[in-house]
Amino acid sequence: MSDPVLLINVILLVIAVVTAIAAMWTRDLLGAVMLMGIYSLLLAIEWANLFAMDVSYTEAAVGAGAATILLLTALTRTGIREKAGPNFHPTALLTVLVTGGLLIYGTADMPRFGDPQAPATVNVAPEYIAQNVGKVDAGDDGPENDFGDHVPNTVTAVLASYRGYDTMFETAVIFTAGVCVILILRPLSPSARRETAQNQEDA
Amino acid sequence: MSLFATFNSIAFVVIMMIGLYTLIARQNLVKKTLGLGLFQTGIFLMYITLGVRDGGSAPILQEGADLAYSNPLPHVLILTAIVVSLSTMAVALALIIGVREEYGTIEADEIATIDRAEAEEGHEA
Repeated sequence: MSDPVLLINVILLVIAVVTAIAAMWTRDLLGAVMLMGIYSLLLAIEWANLFAMDVSYTEAAVGAGAATILLLTALTRTGIREKAGPNFHPTALLTVLVTGGLLIYGTADMPRFGDPQAPATVNVAPEYIAQNVGKVDAGDDGPENDFGDHVPNTVTAVLASYRGYDTMFETAVIFTAGVCVILILRPLSPSARRETAQNQEDA
Repeated sequence: MSLFATFNSIAFVVIMMIGLYTLIARQNLVKKTLGLGLFQTGIFLMYITLGVRDGGSAPILQEGADLAYSNPLPHVLILTAIVVSLSTMAVALALIIGVREEYGTIEADEIATIDRAEAEEGHEA
């Protein structure tokens, strides 16, 4: 246990799992949302611990910030108490045990934590880190065709350059979600309301 | 040591299964949405773990330094996934508010009861 990354990783994940269980256990929705905010923040620290800096600050901003605000806003319209009921659900338990068992069985041959010989590390990752992908070899006398001066952050380079279309259409996803929320939540126009009332009278 | 080396592949399954259990066992629609969010974070954990490398640092290149960088590709994929998960959650919450205005409740079993009662009324009329 000399590796501090691994030690902090285990400690953080144990705390995160306990927080997640507490968030799912409580019948108080406001408390559950707060616990999920704490869980997101723990994950943000965990991502920083695993050297995923960009994911870390996105998780802190989106998971612990924006998602919590969205949930709290929704709770003001839906109420904060969940109906009491049994916590034990045999069908759910069976499904979870079978699915979880299969998943753990499937992860048995995954590379160990931090394995430098893992396929994900040795296959294409060095190309992306060297920022060689997309470079065209124009021969000995042709000009070297690349993206010019690369940004030092490889995550940004991959996101904005190699996966540029993907990032562009990600904004389309957010726009679509925004349009959906507006269409669902906007009050009916007076003419539409009259039409609905007319339909109900006819029926 | 071997338990710690494979700890994350157990942990991500545990997190996903807590979310899945909530999705099935709980009737409250907001709680179901939270369970779905938990399920997604389990997948994030699996991807980020795949990018870790012994002695690796953050994948930000430093001039003249001979460092082992962790794999940036899982990070990029998860950045996209986090934003998409926020979008789906926003639409789900908007739908839940609509359901609440229509039915007066956000418990799935009560909504089913109301729907069944209305269907029977329709048959009698």
